Amino acid sequence: MADARTQQISRPHMPGPGPGPRGHGMMAVERAKNVRGTLSRLVRYAAPYRAALVVVIVLAAVSTGMGLAGPYLLGKGVDAIIKIAMGQAGIDVLFRIILTMIGVYVVSWVASAAQGWIVAGVAQKMMRALRAELFDHMQTLSLRFFDSRTSGELMSRLTNDMDAVSRVLSQNVTQLFSGILTLVGVLVIMFVLNPLLALGTLVAFPLMVGLVGLVGSKTRKAFRGYQANLGALNGILEEAYSGQRVVMAYGQQDAVLQKFDTANEAVRKVGTHAMTYSLLVMPLMGILSNANIAIVAGLGGWMTIVGMATIGTIASFIGYSNRFAEPLRMLGDLYNQVQAAVAGAERIFGIIDTAPDQTDPENATELGRIEGDVLFDHVTFSYVPGVPVLKDVSLHARPGERIALVGPTGAGKTTMVNLLSRFYDLDSGSIKIDGIDVRQASRASLRRNLGIVLQQSFLFAESVMENIRYGRPDATDEEVIAAATLARADGFIHRLPKGYSTILSERGANLSEGQRQLIAIARAILADPRILILDEATSSVDTRTEVRIQEALLALMKGRTSFVIAHRLSTIRGADQVIMIDQGELVERGSHEELMQAQGAYYRLYMSQFRGQAAASA
Amino acid sequence: MKSLMRLYRFVGPYKWKALGALALLLGMVAADLAIPRLSQRIIDQGIGHQNLHVVWTTALIMLGTALASALFAIVNNALSVQVGQSFAADVRSALLRRVQQFSFGNLDRLQTGQLVVRSTSDVNFVQMIVQMSLRILTRAPVWMLGAIGFLFATSIELGWIVLAFFPVIILFMVVFTGPATKMFLAVQKRLDRLNTVLQENLAGVRVVKAFVREDQEIERFGSANEALTAQSIRVFRVLALLMPLMMVVMNAAVIVALWFGGSMTLEGRMTVGQVVASVNYLSMALFPLLMLAGMVAPLAAADASASRILEVLDGEPEVKERPGAKTLTAPRGRIAFENVSFAYGGNGADSVLRDVSFVAEPGETVAILGATGSGKSTLIHLIPRFYDVTAGRVTFDGVDVRDLTITSLRSHIGIALQEAVLFSGTIRDNICYGRPDASQMEIEAAAAAAQAAEFIASLPNGYDTVIGERGTTLSGGQRQRLAIARALVVRPKVLILDDSTSAVDIETEVKLQDALDRLVSESEHATTRFIVAQRISTVLLADKILVLDGGRITAAGTHRELMETSPVYREIYNSQLGEGRRSPAVDADRSTSAGEVRHG
Repeated sequence: MADARTQQISRPHMPGPGPGPRGHGMMAVERAKNVRGTLSRLVRYAAPYRAALVVVIVLAAVSTGMGLAGPYLLGKGVDAIIKIAMGQAGIDVLFRIILTMIGVYVVSWVASAAQGWIVAGVAQKMMRALRAELFDHMQTLSLRFFDSRTSGELMSRLTNDMDAVSRVLSQNVTQLFSGILTLVGVLVIMFVLNPLLALGTLVAFPLMVGLVGLVGSKTRKAFRGYQANLGALNGILEEAYSGQRVVMAYGQQDAVLQKFDTANEAVRKVGTHAMTYSLLVMPLMGILSNANIAIVAGLGGWMTIVGMATIGTIASFIGYSNRFAEPLRMLGDLYNQVQAAVAGAERIFGIIDTAPDQTDPENATELGRIEGDVLFDHVTFSYVPGVPVLKDVSLHARPGERIALVGPTGAGKTTMVNLLSRFYDLDSGSIKIDGIDVRQASRASLRRNLGIVLQQSFLFAESVMENIRYGRPDATDEEVIAAATLARADGFIHRLPKGYSTILSERGANLSEGQRQLIAIARAILADPRILILDEATSSVDTRTEVRIQEALLALMKGRTSFVIAHRLSTIRGADQVIMIDQGELVERGSHEELMQAQGAYYRLYMSQFRGQAAASA
Repeated sequence: MKSLMRLYRFVGPYKWKALGALALLLGMVAADLAIPRLSQRIIDQGIGHQNLHVVWTTALIMLGTALASALFAIVNNALSVQVGQSFAADVRSALLRRVQQFSFGNLDRLQTGQLVVRSTSDVNFVQMIVQMSLRILTRAPVWMLGAIGFLFATSIELGWIVLAFFPVIILFMVVFTGPATKMFLAVQKRLDRLNTVLQENLAGVRVVKAFVREDQEIERFGSANEALTAQSIRVFRVLALLMPLMMVVMNAAVIVALWFGGSMTLEGRMTVGQVVASVNYLSMALFPLLMLAGMVAPLAAADASASRILEVLDGEPEVKERPGAKTLTAPRGRIAFENVSFAYGGNGADSVLRDVSFVAEPGETVAILGATGSGKSTLIHLIPRFYDVTAGRVTFDGVDVRDLTITSLRSHIGIALQEAVLFSGTIRDNICYGRPDASQMEIEAAAAAAQAAEFIASLPNGYDTVIGERGTTLSGGQRQRLAIARALVVRPKVLILDDSTSAVDIETEVKLQDALDRLVSESEHATTRFIVAQRISTVLLADKILVLDGGRITAAGTHRELMETSPVYREIYNSQLGEGRRSPAVDADRSTSAGEVRHG
């Protein structure tokens, strides 16, 4: 069980499909559970920028107002031309209007540029705070948290969900605000200009709003179905591609294609349906604005003839009709995006709100440099309640002793070392280091005394130097090189293109397994722990590197209490105590010779390795 | 845009729908453009001449035009969505079908994670553009040209004046989109960096916690976060300045039109209605430019996506069936390598295998031993033609494997690969993957031989237990044993185990080898077995052990022979099973601490 977990965690993360197409109403349409609560919580992130936001609101109002003045002035200009032509006014009237227009446009530009400028800063800083809070909080969570989620899932919180929130913060909030302002402003101006004509243009309004609302809800439903189908298709593709070699080996190409074709066809059908629906809104809005123009022209024309309006008013109204439809369409679009953002924010807050399940006690003991005396006292533990993985295990390791843990896969060896590192807390019993219960010690001080070398060495995409220094960040370059030399890694590191400055590609892919292990050992040597935990690689890498690793490990274990999950007999033979674990229970303990004499479980394990040799030489 | 254009061949089957959409587009634009013309008519001929009849009929015509335009738009949308979705489905299908023809060589270069991205988000990007090209992408320029045409028809003088603005705006767009695209790319890069830090933090969570480096991680993330924030702010600020500026330029054109239009009206060369219509056409002509400016970045992204898609579609399968290839019938299972050399990419300089020759007789067990990178996996991958040899030949019952049909060749080979990939579905589905008609008895026999029967029985639903995607709920050793059972069920003539027991403990592995011995000798015809192993205990009983070093066979023979003749083999043996005795050559450069192995 524990082994399964290790593998689950160390499996390389699939590069997720990059950021999807933005906007276009293509967003996953999800329903948030608590829109108001989540929104008000998001708003709290804006608190430090209160003053800036007030300025933004003022600027938005100014730029929207100026934008609205455009058609009004245009109408005035048209009227002025007519008056001038009829000799009722001088050319200076038109000139003044044009100057005013220039002024209005410049102010509008300055206001909206300044507004965008400030919003960019505020929104990005809010995102930075949110990302940092999420990441920082994740660092306080225990392995139990990481076990229960895939890394893809967590990645998605920091990428897709953040993206959705960011889009709304940096673009939609201002759009929403100026959209509403525009809508209200247009209505007010139209009524001021000519109430009757304004009423006329509003005839089509409720009808359109109703239609758009109806289409919108149908669209959302259709998109939910589309997303589900798309998810299923992606699952099939992911599996087909990652298992491609097996598919080929077993000649199952046709079966794969058959499965894919069904899902692909479903996506095509549902996608066509959903997209067609979503695109209905645009032409409907088009009807609204064009119909408005017709109404303005028809009704306005009659009113002009009977003297209830001027031609300039008609020109203004035509301009406003265009501006009227745009915010409406946008509001419908925004609804989906805000929903998606709130749903994303909810998931982000879900992680931020996860209480750390391991906390240090109030006055936790700060362990200094310990001796390395380790006592497992009747330890029982389960990952899943009711399914114990370790049952009543007791053992005592004196300072400097080497303990070999042996037993079949899934016996509980990894769990034992996980408990010692306090990655998890026990159900009952206790683990004491130098007589102090590990639960009483601060985790940081405990782990500073521990060194862990895992079976699969995890390296970061940094330089070799930084990877080794990870063991002790304040180490000098000389200390790093000394540790690498002790770990027998100095030789091959020098042969790398840039020596210690070589940047390892993601997950250290440009080094062999053995070389990566040597770097991990150097890291542990540099950390200079008192207790060493070593998960020996199951299979030998190659003989020469293998010899080097063995030597490096011996150098590392010297003078430290070490727990080795051992797969190699030479390691087991060198151990002070061999602990045989099976199904969570300690079944045998003693030195290799003692256990061999006892002819028990360990003896059978040992002999099974050599039955081949016996037969071969018979 | 070259890649994008090449992908357009996938629109081919839907060309009538696409053409229909484009035709409707023309109708839409015509209708939209007619509206200012109609409002001019109302102003000049209706209001100007106090003619109510003209006012009302023209208004009705406008309403009808608006409805027609909307109708055209709806049908156009429906058609372009159909074309877009069908296009996407076809491209996805073409990708998957292409990959089915690939050899391991092709797959090595395209990581599977990338393939998924190409089939999902890359296809999505391109599909979006295809759909848009039948809608706004084409509509915008048509609209613009139409508006300019109508502008000239309304007033030639005003037309020229306004046309002068176009170079300014276009220049502006070019100057602005270049750097903006670059800045966006910089944001993307920093976002990638942030994701890398996160990904590493998640993958290495144990290391982070073990070395108490949470604070350092927070710092690492913090600096990546800061870098991203700074660059994002920069981009959004540039956009904040430039987008409204474009509007200013557009509005300047309106002002100029009003001024010149006004003067011309006063001189009696234009009517008021013409001025109003001109201003409308002007906005109509300029608006598409704004829209197109917004499309530059998505177009560039889609082109990049298209080229990634084409990279897969253009991939030439490295292993192809020869014309007239024979079907392998009644195989015996004799495999021979004759002077085989192999280099990835066919480049002789870095050969992975050099001049390898050996014979595996039917029923024999051949073990292959050697360091990582010595060519073990490559060697056995040549048998089912996952790769083709660069020189020499591999024969199955004396026939060059390249002269056999791929299907018949592979159907007689059972292989358990290094990484035990399982599929979603039940345990049963996975075991009988290669032979869906296998009986329950056969499945159970295979599971038993692979030492999987016991843990399967302990699962909640036994053989009907649905395993999580990619076998996440099973341990590595359990997955490997299922992969072996899967290989056994096909009743192969040749069984290949490619380091497929690395996560199985030694005791279980020994049982597995015993069971395989029994199973293989019990079958009517003996099965030839290839075992690639790192653990020496796995290979002790093989009929032939090949020791590979640097792509060459440096020693071959049984365990006993090799212990006498091969120092390399002895070295491997001693390092794993020996009493701490090492060959003198190795002893010389070892430190004293190794002595602890002996005495500790």
